[in-house]
Amino acid sequence: MKAVEQAYRGQWARLLALLTAELRDLDLAEESLQDAFAAAVAAWPPVPDNPPAWLLTTARRRAVDRLRRTAVAARKLPLLVVDEPRPPEEPGPRKLPDERLRLVFTCCHPALSMEARVALTLRCVGGLTTRQTARLFLVSEATMAARLTRAKKKISQAGIPYRVPEGRELAGRRDGVLAVLYLIFTEGYAAAEGERLIRDESAGEAIALARMMAELMPADSEVRALLALMLLHHARRHARLDAGGRLVRLAEQDRSLWRHDEIAEALDLLAPALLPPVPPGPHLPGPQPPGQYLPGPYLLQAAIAAEHVSAAGAHDTDWEAIAGLYELLERLTGSAVVRLNRAVAVAEAFGPARGLELLAGLEAELPRHHLLPATRADLLSRLGRLEEAVEEYGRALELVATAPEREFLLSRRGTAIQALSG
Amino acid sequence: MRYVLLCVGNEHPWTQAGPEERQAVYARWGAYNGFLAERGAGVGGHELAHSSTATTIRKNGDQFLITDGPYAETVEQISGYVLVEAGDLEEAIELAGPMPSDVEIRPVPAREAS
Repeated sequence: MKAVEQAYRGQWARLLALLTAELRDLDLAEESLQDAFAAAVAAWPPVPDNPPAWLLTTARRRAVDRLRRTAVAARKLPLLVVDEPRPPEEPGPRKLPDERLRLVFTCCHPALSMEARVALTLRCVGGLTTRQTARLFLVSEATMAARLTRAKKKISQAGIPYRVPEGRELAGRRDGVLAVLYLIFTEGYAAAEGERLIRDESAGEAIALARMMAELMPADSEVRALLALMLLHHARRHARLDAGGRLVRLAEQDRSLWRHDEIAEALDLLAPALLPPVPPGPHLPGPQPPGQYLPGPYLLQAAIAAEHVSAAGAHDTDWEAIAGLYELLERLTGSAVVRLNRAVAVAEAFGPARGLELLAGLEAELPRHHLLPATRADLLSRLGRLEEAVEEYGRALELVATAPEREFLLSRRGTAIQALSG
Repeated sequence: MRYVLLCVGNEHPWTQAGPEERQAVYARWGAYNGFLAERGAGVGGHELAHSSTATTIRKNGDQFLITDGPYAETVEQISGYVLVEAGDLEEAIELAGPMPSDVEIRPVPAREAS
């Protein structure tokens, strides 16, 4: 059993990618490979000398069986658009060509809905079962199965090619892939609803996928930055909730609970990118204006997270540097959420009044975001404007979704009310 | 593969357009047709008259209900289409890029394309 599990973990995506290119049918490839792993559970041990080659051969045979059983005329879906159909060759242990990037870019194609991209990526690239994928997104297995089938049909019928984009297209599409991975990560990081704030599992999946992307696109600093960003957040998972399941803010977290090995790995990943200006070279993503170094959004976010974890204690945090990074990020993204975070950093660096100024008018863009009134409440109470603070805490409580965050806000409001009456 | 590129958008500006504006829009479509011809990708296409000229038939068994107007009364309507030949969706998107309007891309099922 162990060898099969190991092969599944390590080889699923590569084998599926390879089979998909050969068969030009994602659905058939997936089912045949699933069959092959089921056959391995029965046939191993003895474990074959070359498990991936064994699985591939078995899956090919199963595909032929399946095709024989369905008459050609009954085939409903057109074949995938694959550039050069490669002749099936007998692969050696290290000779399997790595097709995973094609699979990733197809699963994350912008012509698919975001939901479909996430589901396909977890199922096809991450190797999660339909049931596991469904559980991560709190939908029924039937719903997830239907979503996956719809997505695969769209790929085939709309003619989404099985291809890694080239040239100018690549940077934009790469960002699309990273957005899918980051969404999987944030879903796990803070479930929008429900009792458990941290769902380690999907965060772990996202990190595994980002690790794979960093391996496949080693020259791309944004890919490395995304992996580093995830590691830096995830490294704090054991410190984020206290024994009673209550939320602990970054400043109050027990830093000895952080996974310092993961933090070190992340800082290593960032090291080459955090030394601007770097002369443009093959190790930088996309076309760069000569002599100018333009950090991407993930690099900026990772740099911010790195500033936080590099401080010896909360009081040593370089808030001015963080405020500056957020300013760059806001300019790059124009995001209201980034402005909210920037306001927090500015408040720490230059006082709560300056932070409050930056929050003015953000309701228009973030009407349902509890962190906006929560942040404003915090800054107001630090300025001694307690009545306004209590009001803002009330607003935040109307919008908050997770139980730990609700408890946190209730206790903060309680403190403010006490200070008012005292 | 064949794809239909549906030209979609608010028709109102077009009804309000003066002769010069119309000429300018037709010039852009002319350039776009030139682009398709150069690529050898254009298979056919037409401008459609305003949706107020549309007639809709709804069928219920043997009954035909004929009404005035488009099938769906929305602000955005289809005002033309282009049929193109493309290797895959990626190329269809590329061909739709220079089209002087918003576009809905619909693949033509393979058995009908040949």
